[in-house]
Amino acid sequence: MESLRIPILKIGDVLIASIQVALHDSSAVQFKEDLLNKIYETKARGLIVDLTAVEVVDSFIGRLISDIASMAGLMGTRVVITGLQPAVAITLVELGLELPQVLTALNLEKGLAMLRRQVGESDDGSA
Amino acid sequence: MAQPKVAVIRSDLDIVIARTLARDTAKQLGFGAIDQARIATAVSELARNIFLYAGTGTVTVRDIERPGRKGIEIVCEDQGPGISDISLVMQDGYSTSRGMGMGLPGAKRLMDEFDIKSHEGVGTTITCRKWKP
Repeated sequence: MESLRIPILKIGDVLIASIQVALHDSSAVQFKEDLLNKIYETKARGLIVDLTAVEVVDSFIGRLISDIASMAGLMGTRVVITGLQPAVAITLVELGLELPQVLTALNLEKGLAMLRRQVGESDDGSA
Repeated sequence: MAQPKVAVIRSDLDIVIARTLARDTAKQLGFGAIDQARIATAVSELARNIFLYAGTGTVTVRDIERPGRKGIEIVCEDQGPGISDISLVMQDGYSTSRGMGMGLPGAKRLMDEFDIKSHEGVGTTITCRKWKP
């Protein structure tokens, strides 16, 4: 079965992907690969994965999010996860997945601002 | 009590179907949003274990009652290889697959009652319950 593709949008040097459907495992893995390919193609400096519409994050998706952040980080792209619902945040911590290495922001707007700061700082550093 | 509802697990798509069934049932029973997420997440972990380790199995969701309390019961059954050391798989971080080793202990933390019966070569039955506050 062909897996469901999550659209990945580009605004300036930032990619934004908003998950609007319940991801099953193979579509989640496809999503990760699509994101990394898109980062490579576009040379994006930042990536936002918006989970506003996601109602369940289990250990598989939790791990996937953590992997996306690590892998994109290796490619030089900062990742911010935005829009976690309260029930999802509670469930993740109770499940034992606190994702300490993943940057998060309350919503897309704050996530974009966070990325701009992060990317801006690294620009200053390398100048 | 309503008829139990059964989700058959054969593929990763069925994991989503099983957890949606559990979530919808929890919602109908009047569980709040956070408990709905806990129940759906626990079922997601347990259904994935069926898919990963046994290949096929069933998730049965029913409403339950005890004096003064209503709740939901989820029974996950498979005829897979079984678990040889239950205490080991209940440890945080123990995994034989691509997971994070959070599946079983995590699901247990999300539910109120959690029981595993497993025989090697016969299969595994996990029964868990959550009571309405």
